[in-house]
Amino acid sequence: MSGEEFVPLSLTPILIGVFTAVACALPGNFLVLRKQALIGDAISHVVLPGIVVAFLVTGSLAAWPMMIGAALAAVVAVILIEAIRRLGRIETGAAMGVVFTSMFAAGVLLLERSDTSTVHLDVEHALMGNLESLIWLDAYGWGSVLDPIALAGLPPELPRIFVTMLGVIAFTWLFWRPLKISTFDEGFAQGLGIRTGALGMALVIVSAIAAVAAFDAVGSIIVIAMFICPPAAARLMTNRLERQVGWSVVFAVLSAILGYVLAGYGPGWLGGDNAVSAAGMIAAVSGLILALATMFGPCRSRTGAPIEA
Amino acid sequence: MTHLELATDHGAVVQLQALDACPLAIRGLTVSYGEKPAVFSIDATVEQGSMTAIIGPNGAGKSTMLKAALGVIKPLAGTVTVYGKPLDTQRHRIAYVPQRASIDWDFPTRVIDVVLMGLYRDLGLLGRIGRKERDLAADCLDRVGMHDFADRQIGQLSGGQQQRVFLARALAQQADLYLLDEPFAGVDAATEKAIIDVLKTLKAQGKTVVAVHHDLSTVTEYFDRVFLINVRKVAEGPVENTFTSENLQQAYGGRLATTQIDDLSLTAI
Repeated sequence: MSGEEFVPLSLTPILIGVFTAVACALPGNFLVLRKQALIGDAISHVVLPGIVVAFLVTGSLAAWPMMIGAALAAVVAVILIEAIRRLGRIETGAAMGVVFTSMFAAGVLLLERSDTSTVHLDVEHALMGNLESLIWLDAYGWGSVLDPIALAGLPPELPRIFVTMLGVIAFTWLFWRPLKISTFDEGFAQGLGIRTGALGMALVIVSAIAAVAAFDAVGSIIVIAMFICPPAAARLMTNRLERQVGWSVVFAVLSAILGYVLAGYGPGWLGGDNAVSAAGMIAAVSGLILALATMFGPCRSRTGAPIEA
Repeated sequence: MTHLELATDHGAVVQLQALDACPLAIRGLTVSYGEKPAVFSIDATVEQGSMTAIIGPNGAGKSTMLKAALGVIKPLAGTVTVYGKPLDTQRHRIAYVPQRASIDWDFPTRVIDVVLMGLYRDLGLLGRIGRKERDLAADCLDRVGMHDFADRQIGQLSGGQQQRVFLARALAQQADLYLLDEPFAGVDAATEKAIIDVLKTLKAQGKTVVAVHHDLSTVTEYFDRVFLINVRKVAEGPVENTFTSENLQQAYGGRLATTQIDDLSLTAI
């Protein structure tokens, strides 16, 4: 495949996919270890009404109103979950289930009832993402990567998800130690004076930001695979958190690239003519990686594993 | 604050001397998880250099009292002072060993990494772990007899070994006051001996030890002071005159048969 074809049509979707996958996998490690993995799912569902409302208010799909609307919806949902959990004394899973389903349903209804025909916002986009359309029409080949005029025509989603990923990396790096200690042993962390409540909330908010930024790429349903699959597979590869996070990034990048390529060219190799959904294929590949790790990962049985002398 | 008169929940007035020297002073502590208080209006004074056992029946609020003293649980009322100052300014002087069962031992980390967690207050967010820190952690593992297990994943340890790792982590905190939540629960005899040896060494170094304890038969052997609790404080003082059948009867109510109490080698019956 030549650069003339690859750079405009495939480079930006692949990069967006990779950045999205990494931004979701990093907080995903802690969510999975805290047994809060479905918080990622809840967030990805509840941001939908926020995005739709932001569109109705501003009339555009510009990045920041959408981000702010989605983030506000996520914050509202987190507060609702906590409120239902504490006031109703209902266990977290049930509280999350109630809140995220209701908010997602509200988002779908809003979307159907409002006129979004002028922009690319419909139910299918909301559910499955829109990775294939994030192309770079101003590019003419590898030379465009250094050409300021071509670079100005980059899809705005690319810098947005890149900045999000950098923010997620910075958060993980800066708060690595308290995140690790409080995920392992919350009581001890509190005894040290770590504010575990605030830290847990920060982790959820960072995950929410990643989920919102991932909306363009993979929509609001499939994103959960990006939060859970790479960290869960990585856990089966090692018994050290540092290495687990490394593996999760490798798996995230691998699923994004392989998923995109297979979705775009796989059907052709098999003799079909239409490409399949890139987001769907990315999730399928990350699920396949998890399945392989479950069967062949070196650290599958941990507790009670034979202790080598 | 050398002479302070405080009314206890029994209405008696006690005089406390030199409150500011004492490692842990709890006043009027009340904690509630729901409608019913888990601990109610507790006063406790832990003496410098002592080894104190907190004893009482299940659900008496032993762990709750310890956690509230550490700020792990927010109390409804009451104050906690550590060496005469508010808790938050004194955290570096406290080491805490939580209940082993409260942890997911499947967590992907090695024994040595757990011990290094005890150095968090020294290292901060981004402080580098150097040779000095590694040596200290290895030394702490050595003191609990777990030196050879440094690179093991924690899920591969037995219950007793896990408890020793927790103790090593507390040692790495290099504190003056050690708070332990049921350190002997579900551990083997060798571990129990190893732990009590370490605690007695700490006491010999002038440190103060407070432990939630379940096994009444070892109280007189291991500890020099007891704190009996059943939601309210029952009694507090030296083992010789506080660990009595009368106080035990009061703390445990009907749940402890008289014959069981008689079996204990009580020093003052």
